[in-house]
Amino acid sequence: MKIYGVAILAGCSLVGHILGDRLGAIFNLKGNLGGVGFAMLLLILLNDYCKKNQLLKPETESGILFWSSMYIPVVVAMSATQNVKAALSGGWAALLVGIFATLACYLLVPVVAKIAKK
Amino acid sequence: MHELTGILDKNGLIFAFLLVGFIMYLSYFISKRLTNHTIPGAAIAISVGLIIAYFGGEKGVASVPAFSGMAILGGSMMRDFSIVGTAMGASFSEIKKTGLVGLLCLVLGTVLAFFVGGTIGFLMGYTDAKSFATIGGGACTFIVGPITGGAVGASSEVIAISIAIGVIKSILVTISTPFVAKRMGIDNPQTAMIFGGIVGSTSGVSAGLAATDIRLVPYGALTATFHTAMGCLLCPSLLYFLVEYWLR
Repeated sequence: MKIYGVAILAGCSLVGHILGDRLGAIFNLKGNLGGVGFAMLLLILLNDYCKKNQLLKPETESGILFWSSMYIPVVVAMSATQNVKAALSGGWAALLVGIFATLACYLLVPVVAKIAKK
Repeated sequence: MHELTGILDKNGLIFAFLLVGFIMYLSYFISKRLTNHTIPGAAIAISVGLIIAYFGGEKGVASVPAFSGMAILGGSMMRDFSIVGTAMGASFSEIKKTGLVGLLCLVLGTVLAFFVGGTIGFLMGYTDAKSFATIGGGACTFIVGPITGGAVGASSEVIAISIAIGVIKSILVTISTPFVAKRMGIDNPQTAMIFGGIVGSTSGVSAGLAATDIRLVPYGALTATFHTAMGCLLCPSLLYFLVEYWLR
């Protein structure tokens, strides 16, 4: 059943969130430290294990894939709910820092990619 | 008319599905017919989202009651849930290949954004260590900025600016990624992970990669989420202490 896939996804998400929260608490921060990342790693490992042992039925998998394919629509909704006006009225400081920080990161990417290839 | 808005208010999420579906259809149509696929449909759809957000308020278009469902569909709960779902397309062996370099990217990207951001803020008159660290944090992501600001006790004005910086970065990354991806060599899982780790803005990176090549999303998103974690960890502590020491 598709709901099994959705439930697996929900389980991974929640476990990831709990781990992220715990990690945040260790460092005395209110935020969640990498919860989504942990959840993704968990799902990747689980998927790997299930594929090797042929445990995952296509029907179950499609429950997860549906939500994965909803990602772009969710992002569209997310961008439609950003405070764009405030971001643009944050003044020159915000605009300049945003642009230069992004540029600096972009310039670093090919450098590291080259080092990684060696 | 009044009756219709009443129904839309009550069925916010359902209306959001309809609306986003419509935006997607329109955007992919424009991508195909007017740009011959040179501008990805997803990139157009995201830009349309940002443009209509401009006409809304603090919560973008969701500030209008009939559109409040957009805040549920585009909220952090749904975003995180579907982003975790994209991990189904990722293979663990590809991630292992990037391993240590990925970790290096997290540190390099955080430190670079922190000091580039903080220095520009410094030149524009935000010369105390608290503001430096908060603006530098904002240059990492819009989550790191306010967390750093809250931790070191920066003014609310500076925290607001740091959020704006993060949002601007995320918007820039979203829009520009499809156009710069080829030049940066982002066409395989390894560079996608390096890109995510260095740039960091999770929403920007994953939206940008989605518009570039949807198969790369999980790799970039994975390192990008850890970038935010690294920023929350380093900016209010080690990096802040360094800046405080220098500016004394």
